[in-house]
Amino acid sequence: MLTDLLGISPQVLFGQLLLGLINGAFYAVLSLGLAVIFGLLNIVNFAHGALYMLGAFATLGLVQFFGIGYWGALLLAPVIVGAVGIVIERLFLRRLAGVDHLYGLLLTFGLALVIEGVFVKFFGSSGISYATPRQLEGAVNLGFMVLPYYRGWVVVASLAICLATWVLFERTKIGAYLRAGTENPRLLQAFGVNVPLLTTLAYGYGVGLAAFAGVLAAPITQVNPLMGSNLIIVVFAVVVIGGMGSILGAIATGMMMGVIEGLTKVFWPEASSTVIFLVMAIVLVIRPAGLFGKTA
Amino acid sequence: MKTSAGYLLALAALLVAPLAFYPILLMKLLCFALFASAFNLILGFGGLLSFGHAAFFGGAAYFTGHALKVWGLPTEMGILFGAGLAGLMGLAIGQLAIRRQGIYFAMITLAMAQMAYFFFVSSPFTGGENGLQGIPRGKALGVFDLQDDLTMYYFVLAICVAGFLLIVRTVHSPFGQVLAAIRDNENRARSLGYDVERYKLLAFVLSATLAGAAGATKSVVFQLASLSDAHWHMSGEVVLMTLLGGLGTLAGPAVGSAVIVTLQNKLATGVLAAWVPVVLGVIFVACVLTFRRGIVGELRAIWRKSF
Repeated sequence: MLTDLLGISPQVLFGQLLLGLINGAFYAVLSLGLAVIFGLLNIVNFAHGALYMLGAFATLGLVQFFGIGYWGALLLAPVIVGAVGIVIERLFLRRLAGVDHLYGLLLTFGLALVIEGVFVKFFGSSGISYATPRQLEGAVNLGFMVLPYYRGWVVVASLAICLATWVLFERTKIGAYLRAGTENPRLLQAFGVNVPLLTTLAYGYGVGLAAFAGVLAAPITQVNPLMGSNLIIVVFAVVVIGGMGSILGAIATGMMMGVIEGLTKVFWPEASSTVIFLVMAIVLVIRPAGLFGKTA
Repeated sequence: MKTSAGYLLALAALLVAPLAFYPILLMKLLCFALFASAFNLILGFGGLLSFGHAAFFGGAAYFTGHALKVWGLPTEMGILFGAGLAGLMGLAIGQLAIRRQGIYFAMITLAMAQMAYFFFVSSPFTGGENGLQGIPRGKALGVFDLQDDLTMYYFVLAICVAGFLLIVRTVHSPFGQVLAAIRDNENRARSLGYDVERYKLLAFVLSATLAGAAGATKSVVFQLASLSDAHWHMSGEVVLMTLLGGLGTLAGPAVGSAVIVTLQNKLATGVLAAWVPVVLGVIFVACVLTFRRGIVGELRAIWRKSF
């Protein structure tokens, strides 16, 4: 077997591959949210990592104050954080219409500092753990590796939400409006569609996706105020690699980068934290528009 | 004429400033003023938002620190060495980043700077979490003992004034004019036959080199190069300083950095110490929403309206 040749046990190889798939699932969901937001608002949402963190904290809060467990949180946390996003859009981002796109990046960067700063102040920067839901405890032995149910669930749930987003955008009427809004908002408005409302909803949806990832992450990683702050930079690199043009492109790039990162952990552990940036550099040299991008 | 009178006045004030203020704080202000001015060269005058300038600032600090401490280079050579390497980093990162525009440029520079950060975290020569400590200040030109804070201050002032003058000269040169033309309308500049990529890259390298000079000088002043100087928070801070002071104004970044550094110093000892990132974030949001022209830009607008 190949793994014997390389002197690496299959447990290690497949274990890292699974971790890579999980990370890739997070990259996919987060970069998808960024792409949805960018499409309608022309803003790169730097607060995405902070809102992902909010999703995880909402999960903690729901069980602590309302006794609502994991499954409820999976539904409610994205709605709550999405509502926060809608407030942010209405209060702040709305005012940046017609201003250089860069200001959107700067504004959301400021918001990320505020949100993360407040949470660090109240919760410190050490992690809080969240129990794996009862139904998904335990693991199954696949022969070549042991697969914890929850980890498998994370990958499945992420792919499901990604595909649901694809269906929403490509197969429904509101999706057609959203795509039209990305293409030409003024013309869409002239047809009597409420574009400002559509924009608000798009931001809420993109942010909700980030929160969904946050809920999925809560039982795996320690929930802490800075869990999204380094992640968002990696997700940016993923976005540069894939381009923000297509939904399936974002999903494919996210999963691919996760797997590449996982494999790097096996074969060249020192480079595992930087491999995605390296891939980004290589893609920029070979194909500056990104793997799925149409224009620079 | 009026502006040059203003510069002379500012220089005179800086020459006597150590009589009234603590030289270490003044040196910190000067280093950040140079850093922000260098950053403004690429954002304010070139229209390129780099979110990775901490890599040059913090990187040069490490290179200079290593050159002075381990190789025993003379101080000014050490600073040149650090700034030069920062320029080379700028060449490498700039080459990649100019392939894309707008927000992608920002994301690429951020990602590349993060990569540099991980390199600094794991390299043995940087001392990891502890930083590179005990960097010797040495003697300027082999004569002036920089162990003395006042001598050090004038040495730093000389570097920063030289850097600032270089930026002023660049902005007013034909090169700077073309750069501004690219910022205002890239396609038009291209259609006029300018090699847009080369101009952008050159501006980026110059900006990185000067940011490096600022970081290198800071490491000599504090005798320390640390990870926080290379962290992306620092990249964000320099954006804030420039934005707050006034994008695309020559004096703005210096004013903005003075405000931010003073604020940080004041807050660091008070009850609000834990709130510093929140305060910076609030200023960021307020700046973007209410006064995008920054302090100097707004003052200039008022001045123009009333006279």
